[in-house]
This record gives sequence, structure tokens and C-alpha cells, in this order.
Amino acid sequence: MDRTRVLEIWVGLFVALGLAALFMLAMQVSNLSTLGQGNGTYTLEARFDNIGGLKVRAPVSVAGVRVGRVTGIEYDISTFEAVVELAVDEDYAEFPRDTSAQIFTAGLLGEQYVALEPGGAMEVLEPGDEIRLTQSALVLEQIIGQFLYSQASGDKEK
Amino acid sequence: MFTGLLDTLQRLGRAWLDFFNRLGRGNLFLLHVLAGLPGLLLRVRLLVQQIYSVGVLSLLIILVSGLFVGMVLGLQGYRTLVDYGAEESLGVMVALSLVRELGPVVTALLFAGRAGSALTAEIGLMKATEQLSGMEMMAVDPVKRVIAPRFLAGFISMPLLAAIFSAVGVYGGSLVGVNLLGVDEGAFWSQMQSAVELEKDIYNGVVKSIVFGFVVTWIAVFEGYDTVPTSEGVSRATTRTVVHSALAVLGLDFVLTALMFGEV
Repeated sequence: MDRTRVLEIWVGLFVALGLAALFMLAMQVSNLSTLGQGNGTYTLEARFDNIGGLKVRAPVSVAGVRVGRVTGIEYDISTFEAVVELAVDEDYAEFPRDTSAQIFTAGLLGEQYVALEPGGAMEVLEPGDEIRLTQSALVLEQIIGQFLYSQASGDKEK
Repeated sequence: MFTGLLDTLQRLGRAWLDFFNRLGRGNLFLLHVLAGLPGLLLRVRLLVQQIYSVGVLSLLIILVSGLFVGMVLGLQGYRTLVDYGAEESLGVMVALSLVRELGPVVTALLFAGRAGSALTAEIGLMKATEQLSGMEMMAVDPVKRVIAPRFLAGFISMPLLAAIFSAVGVYGGSLVGVNLLGVDEGAFWSQMQSAVELEKDIYNGVVKSIVFGFVVTWIAVFEGYDTVPTSEGVSRATTRTVVHSALAVLGLDFVLTALMFGEV
């Protein structure tokens, strides 16, 4: 009786430890705890002239707080713009109508994300609405190109 | 000269046929084992005993190696990342490499060495000392009584061990990264949480470990059951278990990785 009991306790401990490890991986390591607690999301659309290196699943943040992620990037052949689909957590609904969207880079070479900046209008954005005010991504090559160009022209004027 | 060529051809042909012969026997054996699994529900005690010897006794090596693999990852990753001022991404690197690859693969390799070889040797020795034939004489099906509980125990233990390995490894990485090298603790964990995805990374890692558990245990019990019943045969079967398991795990890992993460 004693031996089987000890054996079974060990096995129980092993299984509990394994499940605890899985639980720890799910809660501590993965994004389960950071994305809304099982709440739904709603979709907003934003059109950009140039999205730079933005990728699907990039974060969407407001005032630095992560509120959702990019769920789709498409190219509109009639307007020659990129259409970015943003899935925003339902907890953070009710953005003013004149909210603007910008593509920023986290750090100098970090990943790109969409930053929303709420405006002051009274009406709010409904699910599926489009964000009208957008600012494209800064493409590092373009900036360096412009800088070099202005340097060169500055030299000539002297 | 001509007969020498024919002999070579014949050896090649025989090796080929032997290979498929073994493969076929392995598959039939697997079907036999799977058919024996439902009967196990009536004899849970056998299963518990095998989980003890396969899972619980492997716990120590998994815990220690998980911790050290995580710590090494933290140390080496920091060296590279700090050059780019990206040492906050250390958590991402440690967690992703553990959850996606190292957790399942290293656990499967250790599992093959620690538990698989023991299974093969035990079953092979049972065969060599005619215990299995003895059971058949008593109208007890040795596949149901001896093999099936061991197979199921390995299949259950392996994913749990891999999860423990990954969790301990992430903790080891944070131990080195945060406590020793001074990476910011908040950034370490929050970047990890935003980069590791439950559906994509953790589930796929668990799927990998389930597949590896299945394959390694299958190879181990089959090699034991199919062993040549001499002491040399048992020793060869044990070696084959470890070698074949390692090859199967590494090969399958590539295939699974290509299927799961290939399109990104």
C-alpha cells in the first residue's frame, strides 16, 4: 500500500508540475494576458500613402498604450494607397471621429507600429469606419536621401 | 567480376527489403498497441507505474538541463544583442527559441536517452529471458499487458516534460538576463509577452512535443519488442533506439517547423 501510494503521489506531482508549466507558458510567456481578457475586437480602417515596413500583427497603440493590432494590409488599386485594417480591443472603443493614425518606429531600427491620436470631435468612430487623417511611415532611405540632397545644395550656395 | 556485381546488387536489394519489412512490422505492431490502449482504462495502476518510471524519473535531468539551456541562451543572446542596444529583446529570443525549438527537441533527445533506452532494454530483456513468451503461454497478451502502458506513459509524459523544460528554461534565461546581466525586468517580460503568441508559438510547440513523444516511444517499444533475444541483441536494440529516435526527432523537427512557421 505504501509503495503504490508514494508512486501515485509522485505521478500526481509530475502531472501537476507539467500542467503548471503549460499554464505558466500560456500566462507569463505568451500574449494571452496582455490581449484583452477574452473580449472581442472591432475593426477600423486607415489608408496610408506609404506604410514602410509595417507588418500584419504589428501593435496599435494610443498614447503609448497597446490597444490592438494590425490584422490586414491591402493595396487599393483605384487610389494607389495601402489599406490597413486595425483590430482594436472593445475595451478601448469610442475614439473621436477626427482621430488620426500615424506609423511610427519603435526605436531607431525597431518594429513599426500604428499610433492613434484622438482628436476632439464629439461623434465617435463606429466599427468598420475609416480613419481619415493619416501620416505615412518615415522611410529611412528617403530621409537620408533628402538630407544628403539638402547638404549638397547647401554647399553649392556657399 | 560479374558475380561480384550481382552480389552487391543482391545485398542492396536485401537491405532495401529488410528496411520495408521492419517498417511494415513496426506499423502492424503500432496498430496492435493502439488496439490495446482502451483496455488500459481498466488497469490504470499499470499506467501510473509506467508514468512514474518514464516521466517522474526523467524529471531531474529535464529540470537541470532546461535551467542550464535557458541560462546559456540568456548569456549568449545578451552578448549579441547588446551590440545593437537591443538587450531588452533577450526575453523574446530566449522564449521563442525555447518554446518553438529547443523545448520539444532537446526534451525529446533527452527523453530518448533517459526513458527510451530504458524501455527498449527492459522489454528486450523480457523477451530475451522469455518472459513475454511466458505471458503468451498464460494467454496474456504481452502487447496489451506490457507494451501498451509503456507506450501511453511515454506519450503522456513527453509533452509535460517539454512544457516543464521550456518553463524552467525561460526562468533560467531571466535569472541570467535580469539578475546577472542587468536587463530591465519589465522590458524582459513585456517584450516576451508581446512577441510570443499563444496559438502560433505555444500550441505549435506542444504539438511538436506530442509528435516527438509518439515517435520516440514508438521506436523505443518496437525496438525492444523486435530485439534479437540475446545480450548482444538487446545492447544493439538499445543503441538503435537512441540513434533512430534522435534522427527521427531532428528530421521531423525540420518538417514540422517548415509546416508551422515556414510561410512567415
